[in-house]
Amino acid sequence: MVNTSVSLCGVTLKNPVVPASGTFGFGYEFNDIYDINVLGAISIKGTTKEPRFGNPTPRIAECTSGLINSIGLQNPGIDAVIEREIPRLREVYKNPIISNISGFSIDEYVECCEKIDAVDDVDIIEVNISCPNVHNGGMSFGTLPENAEAVTRAVKKVTTKPVFIKLTPNVTDIVSIAKACEQGGADGISLINTSQGLRIDLNKRKPIIANKIGGFSGRAIFPIAMKMVWQVYEAVKLPIMGIGGVASAEDVIEMMMAGATAVQVGAENLVNPYACNDIINDLPRVMEKYKINDLKEIIGEAHK
Amino acid sequence: MKQSYLIVSTNEKLTDNVYKMTLTGDMSGIERPGQFVNILLDGLFLRRPISVCDVEGNTLTIIYKVVGKGTEKLSKMKGGEILDILTGLGNGYFTDLSGDKPLLIGGGVGVPPMYKLCKCLIDEGKTPTVILGFNTSKEIFYENEFKALGVNVLVSTVDGSYGIKGFVTDALREVGEYTYVYTCGPEPMLKAVYNAISTSGQFSFEERMGCGFGACMGCSCKTKYGNKRICKDGPVLVKEEIIW
Repeated sequence: MVNTSVSLCGVTLKNPVVPASGTFGFGYEFNDIYDINVLGAISIKGTTKEPRFGNPTPRIAECTSGLINSIGLQNPGIDAVIEREIPRLREVYKNPIISNISGFSIDEYVECCEKIDAVDDVDIIEVNISCPNVHNGGMSFGTLPENAEAVTRAVKKVTTKPVFIKLTPNVTDIVSIAKACEQGGADGISLINTSQGLRIDLNKRKPIIANKIGGFSGRAIFPIAMKMVWQVYEAVKLPIMGIGGVASAEDVIEMMMAGATAVQVGAENLVNPYACNDIINDLPRVMEKYKINDLKEIIGEAHK
Repeated sequence: MKQSYLIVSTNEKLTDNVYKMTLTGDMSGIERPGQFVNILLDGLFLRRPISVCDVEGNTLTIIYKVVGKGTEKLSKMKGGEILDILTGLGNGYFTDLSGDKPLLIGGGVGVPPMYKLCKCLIDEGKTPTVILGFNTSKEIFYENEFKALGVNVLVSTVDGSYGIKGFVTDALREVGEYTYVYTCGPEPMLKAVYNAISTSGQFSFEERMGCGFGACMGCSCKTKYGNKRICKDGPVLVKEEIIW
């Protein structure tokens, strides 16, 4: 028997596979497709202080081995998520819940984290300072080390739950941002959010997406995510949730060898709704193939 | 929703750029007319959503227009090839509100979902009338198939090359009493129908989708009943909730 369990800041995941925020809704609807209790954890849809409709449509453009999205953080707001969505997920799901929080000011991040701190069903807070699809917020906190540190420090003051900061790849130096988060007291780093991209409709001679530029994700960005997980692992002592283009059990293991403790699956869920389930089912086979008995032992192994 | 591997039986050209494909396999995921399937094609990242034209036993019929890379690939498929398809997506049309004399209005590639709906309504003992709208006579398909169901069929063409000259709303003026409206077609047509009908009805919308099953929020719209996902809470909206 192989051991697939990992630990994130004292939270045990029975396997490292986590559906990424924004690709899995609030989770419970996937329970109609497969038993979501197979999942290591779930990172639920990014939540803001106020309800948001998000950006105008079209919000999606296909690319080779991926897609660009510009959803714009559509969500029912923190109060509805706490009162309605998390309890609905908890009815059908027993494993760790990661609450993903976004904001347009430090005060908004703080207010949401303070509210989530009081929710027993939430195990980890993932602070999204990397959304490329909203103005005056989101990614702007994740592109300057001093801002990243300030957000981290502020939210850490209002919660005792482990705080992971989700970083954007759209920066000149990911390491300086990750270090700033560590300096601010982060418990872990999630990376990467989407890489900015653009597609044009040749018939209309206009960008496909209403908001023009969006966030590119999918299998194509896997090597970019790998490189950033690798760099951040070398620079900080915090556990990493690796995200970006993961589509197979082999990808999970590869990203763990680069330094990820857990791995999030994003765009692949949108093509194959069974993706996380398939990857989890396939993990023991791939572990045996590469003679891995315990997944914990391969975290960052490629650096040795 | 169900994931099925369906075998292509036939794939034939109906008009210049509209094709009809039949597939066989497990159809248990399909619950209602007006639902759609989402087809994975080699070399393309996202699936392609296509409305269900008909489903009987283990046979699915879809009718699609070649508009891009996905439908182009689909049009080249041959009998015996296997496709990974998510079936039974979307809410579909609810027939219980139709009354005795429902009116079905399909425009262009909005025509196909009307076919299974028409069969279901007939099975329930109702007497549907069907309006099919096209741009020109060369684009007409499925008129005879609807007629073979024994229903009254009116065809309109924008250029007047066949049937009633004008839009589906021009054909609407020639329809007598009706109790409810079901419609699918391009958004300008849906809006014109919305403004022209005297009863309630169900309208099927189109939007560029990511997943097709409610996960990504790519195809959201605002309604009087709150935000909805065209792929999961739609594609069918009731007249009373639509905001233009």
